[in-house]
Amino acid sequence: MRFLDEYRDAAQAGAYARALRRVTARPWTIMEVCGGQTHAIVRFGIDELLPPQLTLVHGPGCPVCVTPVELIDKACEIAAQPGTMLCSFGDMLRVPGTRTDLQAVKAAGGDVRVVYSPLDAVKLAAAHPAAQVVFFAVGFETTAPPNAMAVWQARRQGLKNFSLLVSHVLVPPAMAAILGSPSNRVQGFLAAGHVCTVMGYREYEPLARRYRVPIVVTGFEPLDILQGLVMCVQQLETGRAEVENQYARSVRREGNLAAQRIVREVFRVVDRKWRGVGEIPESGLGLAEAYAEFDAERRFGLTAYTAAEPTECLSGLVLQGVKKPNECPAFATRCTPEHPLGATMVSSEGACAAYYRYRRPVEAECEREGL
Amino acid sequence: MNRDVADPQGGWSCPRPLDRYPQVLLAHGGGGRLMQQLLEQVFLRAFDNPLLNQRHDGAQFEVGGQRLAFTTDAYVVRPLFFPGGDIGTLAVNGTVNDLAMCGAQPRWLSAAFILEEGLPMAALGRVVESMRAAAKAAGVEFVTGDTKVVERGRGDGLYVTTAGLGVIPHGQCIGPAQVQAGDAVLVSGDLGRHGMAVLSVREGLEFEGPIVSDCAPLAALVGALLEGGIEVHCLRDLTRGGLVAALNEIAACARVQVAIEEAAVPVSEPVRGACEMLGLDPLAVANEGRLVAFVAARDAERALELLRAGPHGAGAQRIGAVHAGSPSRVTLRSRIGIARVLDVPSGEQLPRIC
Repeated sequence: MRFLDEYRDAAQAGAYARALRRVTARPWTIMEVCGGQTHAIVRFGIDELLPPQLTLVHGPGCPVCVTPVELIDKACEIAAQPGTMLCSFGDMLRVPGTRTDLQAVKAAGGDVRVVYSPLDAVKLAAAHPAAQVVFFAVGFETTAPPNAMAVWQARRQGLKNFSLLVSHVLVPPAMAAILGSPSNRVQGFLAAGHVCTVMGYREYEPLARRYRVPIVVTGFEPLDILQGLVMCVQQLETGRAEVENQYARSVRREGNLAAQRIVREVFRVVDRKWRGVGEIPESGLGLAEAYAEFDAERRFGLTAYTAAEPTECLSGLVLQGVKKPNECPAFATRCTPEHPLGATMVSSEGACAAYYRYRRPVEAECEREGL
Repeated sequence: MNRDVADPQGGWSCPRPLDRYPQVLLAHGGGGRLMQQLLEQVFLRAFDNPLLNQRHDGAQFEVGGQRLAFTTDAYVVRPLFFPGGDIGTLAVNGTVNDLAMCGAQPRWLSAAFILEEGLPMAALGRVVESMRAAAKAAGVEFVTGDTKVVERGRGDGLYVTTAGLGVIPHGQCIGPAQVQAGDAVLVSGDLGRHGMAVLSVREGLEFEGPIVSDCAPLAALVGALLEGGIEVHCLRDLTRGGLVAALNEIAACARVQVAIEEAAVPVSEPVRGACEMLGLDPLAVANEGRLVAFVAARDAERALELLRAGPHGAGAQRIGAVHAGSPSRVTLRSRIGIARVLDVPSGEQLPRIC
């Protein structure tokens, strides 16, 4: 398949792996920011091709994983109310809230719909004027433009029964938080190619300068990731700390200006809580004042609600690259995809789910099967 | 955990509720681990007997010196009509295929219809005509049936349940227990078309090319293998949960390890493209006219020739092999040459966000 097979070629992957071994002289720790990259690394086994000095840690870039538990609770609360229709992307349905999850709310009679685009939710609102239609808007800069477009269209159509439960997060503040943490061990980043397709990579340049870290904007296929790693290690070995673009077939320095315009029109930057990490200043998007009437939290009177996270879950440390999923005592025992303690075990992009699916230790499996 | 907790909803006391879910979830029907739990903890526990515990697509037994295979399946699909078939073709081919996977010649079917008030007669007529044509093509007859009508809003237009009886004209035992180290693993064609065809019409998704369901009867294909003298150890049609679920179930039952090559598994370009876009694994997507065959390694090449020459088998490929080892598991060697565990999805595969 074009644009796919050429980036999954075994011979080329081997060549990049050899190049990586050649350029790596000292031990380095690199974080891939995006959950899509984590999934590809574990799915294709890229980490098994790395030289022993190179450690990859998995970043916070899984939108499902970082959505705070209280927003899941709010989504469940809204979905359980009669006369409402909660629209969500599929993988939010299994994320555990404090007491329940959306698929259980659905089984109990709540109207929860899986949609493939926020614009489908706008269509549902137009088709069901008597229902309150809420779209659960999660994601990074990548999903912000279509979600902004949904609100913009709802306003243009004069829809009074459409609103957004917003949990948008931004990548650069999260990277800054990781770099500024005393427990940080990340020395270089593979930045998220799709986020940069929308936003460009100018905003990463001050981060590279301030924290003296190389940042390589990287794609999602095995060869992209291997090439991104070669570029990052070359910078580390030669003492450079620059922003480089491996994913030039998709990313421009200035990004997609039209997409940025609609995001600025509809959203504003807000402080945002990250599941497992805590509040990071100016790290999220909320609806701009001009669009506040589309805010589901205000419409349903849920702005004041807060909730505590399960204490056993280490997902915060996993998301910051401090722990690997299989270093968690609950991994594959008390925490499984059927009964996740944290969201990193839910989404296919979550590091714990990726490890569970592709890397489950034999011992844990035996224990589970009672062998 | 939670043993002997009474269900607060209905007063029905379940010996072991499915962990923390007090109600049935859609995911319990998704063909993944939650469904296996449901089967094991509710149905198999209650109905426990040696024939059921074969855990194959149908039960195999002997009556008056004749070996028989017996199976049943319920069909719910939305929309009722999709590219390449409809609920009627599914209801015939699904049951025919379950019998074929026992190595049986399908003969007689029953059909039970649950019709929703308001279903257009023309739609019912189309479905029944599809069933007639599919039965004729598969060489089976409907010999008994039942019809119920439920109020509008209490059904999805039309549900069909079929049961099937077939005769096993040979002495070969076909089932997971016969699988052994060294067996070759074959599939009869490209995977994932049925699931993606239904998804694309149901959700109004448009992909690069049209995706047509692979819905087809497989009894003739199985017949070709058996008549060709192939030592067939196990057959499984790759319905809900796809290849991933079938291989994991068989590996667990047979207590073996199954290793397959990603690059050898046939998946068409439109299906691969659609799955990449939605974040789905084509190997875990449902098929309705594809099978996996475990055959003795020495017969593998001849089995492939027979499959490719047979109806609906032109795209057959050898995808892997069986190895001894514990614990039972399925591994997949990725396109860049690294092996990893190929695990059953938890419930339904859910499209990802970005």
